[in-house]
Amino acid sequence: MATTVFRMQGITKVYRTGAVDVQALRGIDLELFEGEMVVLLGPSGSGKSTLLNILGGLDTPSAGRAFFRETELTSLGDAGLTAFRRNHVGFVFQFYNLVPSLTARENVALVTEIATKPMRPEEALERVGLADRINHFPAELSGGEQQRVAIARAIAKRPDVLLCDEPTGALDSQTGIVVLQALYDINRDLGTVTALITHNAAIRNIAHRVIYLADGQILRTQENASRAAPSEVSW
Amino acid sequence: MRALDLKLIRDLRRIWAQSLAIALVLGCGVMVLVLANGSERSLILTRDAYYDRNRFADVFATATRAPEALKGEIAHVEGVAQVDTRIAVNVVLDLPGVQKPAMARVLSLPPDGPPLLNVPLLRLGRMPDPLHPNEVVLSEDFAQANRLIPGETFRAILNGQMRTLTVTGLVLSPEFIYLIGPGTMMPDDQTYGIIWMNRDAVAAATDLSGAFNDIALQLTPTASRDRVIQQLDLLLAPYGGTGAYGRDRQTSDAFLSSELHQLSAMSLILPPIFLIVSAFLVNMVLSRLIALERPQIGLLKAIGYSGQEIATHYLKLSIGIGIIGVALGWIAGAWLGRSMTALYADFYRFPYLLYAPGTWSFVISGILGLVTVIVGALRAVRASARLSPAVAMLPPAAPLFRRGWIDGIGRTFRLRQTTMMILRSITRWPGRASVTLFGVSASVAVLIASFFSFDSMKQMVDEVFYQTNRQDITLTLTGSRLRSTEEAALTLPGVLRVEGAYSLPVRLIHGSKSRLATVEARGDGDVLARLLDTDGHPVRIPPEGLTLSESLAQELAVTPGDTIDMAMLVPPRETVQVPVAAVIRQSLGQSAYMAETPIFALMRQSAQVNQVHLLTDPAALPAFFAAVKRAPGVNSVTLWTDVRDQFDATMNENLMRMTIIYSILGILITVGVVYNAARIQLSERAHELASLRVLGFTRAEVGYVLVGELMLLTTVAIPFGWLGGYGFSTMIASGFSTDLFRIPLVITRKTYALASVITFASALASALIVRRRLDRVNIAMSLKQRQ
Ligand SMILES: Nc1ncnc2c1ncn2[C@@H]1O[C@H](COP(=O)(O)OP(=O)(O)O)[C@@H](O)[C@H]1O
Ligand SMILES: [Mg+2]
Repeated sequence: MATTVFRMQGITKVYRTGAVDVQALRGIDLELFEGEMVVLLGPSGSGKSTLLNILGGLDTPSAGRAFFRETELTSLGDAGLTAFRRNHVGFVFQFYNLVPSLTARENVALVTEIATKPMRPEEALERVGLADRINHFPAELSGGEQQRVAIARAIAKRPDVLLCDEPTGALDSQTGIVVLQALYDINRDLGTVTALITHNAAIRNIAHRVIYLADGQILRTQENASRAAPSEVSW
Repeated sequence: MRALDLKLIRDLRRIWAQSLAIALVLGCGVMVLVLANGSERSLILTRDAYYDRNRFADVFATATRAPEALKGEIAHVEGVAQVDTRIAVNVVLDLPGVQKPAMARVLSLPPDGPPLLNVPLLRLGRMPDPLHPNEVVLSEDFAQANRLIPGETFRAILNGQMRTLTVTGLVLSPEFIYLIGPGTMMPDDQTYGIIWMNRDAVAAATDLSGAFNDIALQLTPTASRDRVIQQLDLLLAPYGGTGAYGRDRQTSDAFLSSELHQLSAMSLILPPIFLIVSAFLVNMVLSRLIALERPQIGLLKAIGYSGQEIATHYLKLSIGIGIIGVALGWIAGAWLGRSMTALYADFYRFPYLLYAPGTWSFVISGILGLVTVIVGALRAVRASARLSPAVAMLPPAAPLFRRGWIDGIGRTFRLRQTTMMILRSITRWPGRASVTLFGVSASVAVLIASFFSFDSMKQMVDEVFYQTNRQDITLTLTGSRLRSTEEAALTLPGVLRVEGAYSLPVRLIHGSKSRLATVEARGDGDVLARLLDTDGHPVRIPPEGLTLSESLAQELAVTPGDTIDMAMLVPPRETVQVPVAAVIRQSLGQSAYMAETPIFALMRQSAQVNQVHLLTDPAALPAFFAAVKRAPGVNSVTLWTDVRDQFDATMNENLMRMTIIYSILGILITVGVVYNAARIQLSERAHELASLRVLGFTRAEVGYVLVGELMLLTTVAIPFGWLGGYGFSTMIASGFSTDLFRIPLVITRKTYALASVITFASALASALIVRRRLDRVNIAMSLKQRQ
């Protein structure tokens, strides 16, 4: 049995907006293991992003506890969470979120400059197949390329975990496959724990494990006996 | 360079026009500080060095004839360090080829080297040879204006005798940095100068051998000036002393001080406006930038940047704007300071006048500039640091509009939907609308306050030269004469009307306050030299008691009804108690007035004159001048027509310069505010405006939404600007008023209108420049964008 990297116990999240309370998560228990690639699957509004944000220290739960290795994330303040994100987490978002005024290399450098043992920005970009786009600004890159820059930026610090929120959501299937391939390779080569959100069921086959969410609760988890290669996925 | 800093530089470059607009407003504030402060410092440094090196005296006095032996006694007064006596007389000159009578003050030079105090500085040639009674040196500018180089000769009437004098050199003196003739306000190099001449020669010509009539003292550092003045007055009283005074009443120094006073008022009144507006602008632009970059901020936080690092990033951006503004302000301030100093060189006779603004004015203005942008940035930056990363990356919610009174207005007036968009946007973002309102009204206020100086100057000139002094010429006599002198004056060629006048030197004392002044006797029939009240109506001098000018009354802390002591400084030299009958407002001068009958009753003398005011026939002036040059008993001649013309010319030229500068400053505020507001509008509403285009609205109709809102705000701001301008002008009028001038607070309708038109036009131009960007917006693209 592999070591546990993340552990969540009874995580609940309530958003209070005006008069109504939204129960985004209702008692989540979850573990993520070393080297694992997990797909979080569920309909829109089921609480996937909320869960991922809590895992990554972007948000705090209303109740319950979350651990990263021995550290209790739910006991950390803003500074502690910032340090946690800085040192351990790589994020990839649906809308790339690149800084438009920085080139691909500089966007990656944004991370490597504050990381403790980063790879060179060029190396990270090579890993996602963008060696020849290093000096391009985001506006000069296609959607898939921008997302791969975002992945390069996420992995450049050699994070312990890679959290991807619908990384292919804004991409067509062909481009999406290239992006998934990049994530797949990184998980295989560097052993980075990867959690990947999607509402696209076809993608679940590339994961070691699939976690089904609905209405803020885990419906079930499923181990894939054999994983598919990203190129076999289609939507 | 760090990636975040690269982003900063590129952000700055991307919003360069907006940054520049802010930097210019900020730069104005910095510039005025450097300019006013630097000029003040330069003047003070130069003056102090000059005073020190050439031993400018601390106390001055004149007498009619005091024995030289008195000098020793004066030297023993406690607090007196140095005593210098001399003979001083006014003379009328007959310069070759000059029709008008020029005048000069002749000062004696000791036989054994330079004077102890008020040492003239030789600029050209040599000092007079003690053995040659006709050798003189002249004040430099007077000599140059009349082409009197060393070696030239000219004629002067000294005590009724025509003398031919030879120029041996040109000098400057710390006593005459600002050199004006009697009764005038501005230097006129052609008609007034100073002549230094050997004491023996002056003494012989004036019957003052072994005596002096002018004295200067230098005090010890710990001396009480007022006590020394009291003692000196006592010692000189038997010899016709007319009251000793300190540097504050010395004409040249008083003018210089009033200039310094105005510079320091300028650096206090103007810069805050610009700094406040730029702080608001920084806040407005940075808030928008941060709103636009919300997802980027969220991302930076997600990948591990702390709130503080992000705050620092945006703070650096605003400091970048601050640095540009400060640099622009420094450059403009130093450059304008140089030309201001050149302007001073026209008015003030310094041997050297260096523009030495000193590091201090740069440092302080730089610090203030940066503090301004930091304060302006603080709110927005704090918000950026507080943004929760998870929320920041969500697309921003559509702005929440509420139903309200605006809808009622819309229905009542059947406003178009585009107009409703304007009204809703204003009520939705009241903060931004307020910044625009504030900025535009500040701009109107600055313009009014600058044009107001035209109005007040015009009023002053009208009051002084056309309403109260309607004579063409004033002759000041060497002493008091009988009233019959008026008839004698009437016989001079071309004289149409004569009005005798008498002025009595006094010291006015009220409680602990004491002040040298002249009391002018006023007759009922006077029509040339008149007194006016605040509304411009002639004032009838009350039959009893003193009428004081407002500034004199303030200085003595008296109001009508009070009684003050009046020490007459000419025979009978008595101190009498007189009631203060009235106080009148006057722009220039600090005189006191009294009706003829009581004044001469107090003096126990028959009515006298020591001045005559004349109306003359311009055609007969040459003959008149020729006669005056030879007339005995004329101490000085004031040509009011010349004084008026010169005043007008100088004022117009300088005011024009200042007005151009202030107008630029005012316009820059509007441009900075409106341009930025328009750019922010555009970026925020590009989507909305593009949608309108999709719906078939024309460019003009869509432009109306953008430009209309700003022009509506501008229109609303203008009346506030009028109020602000009035307040601002009040501050300037009182801040710039000195003992020498009282700036009247008059703002004409034309000034209000002009300021409004200029502001409206520059606001419209700024908004239209931004509107042109609408043409370049790709409709399809902006609809696709996430925001
Ligand atoms: N910042 C927020 N404020 C209020 N409600 C939120 C917020 N974020 C998410 N929610 C709500 O929480 C629920 C879960 O959202 P989310 O985790 O984003 O779902 P998913 O990513 O699966 O689509 C939704 O009902 C959503 O509307
Ligand atoms: Mg989601």
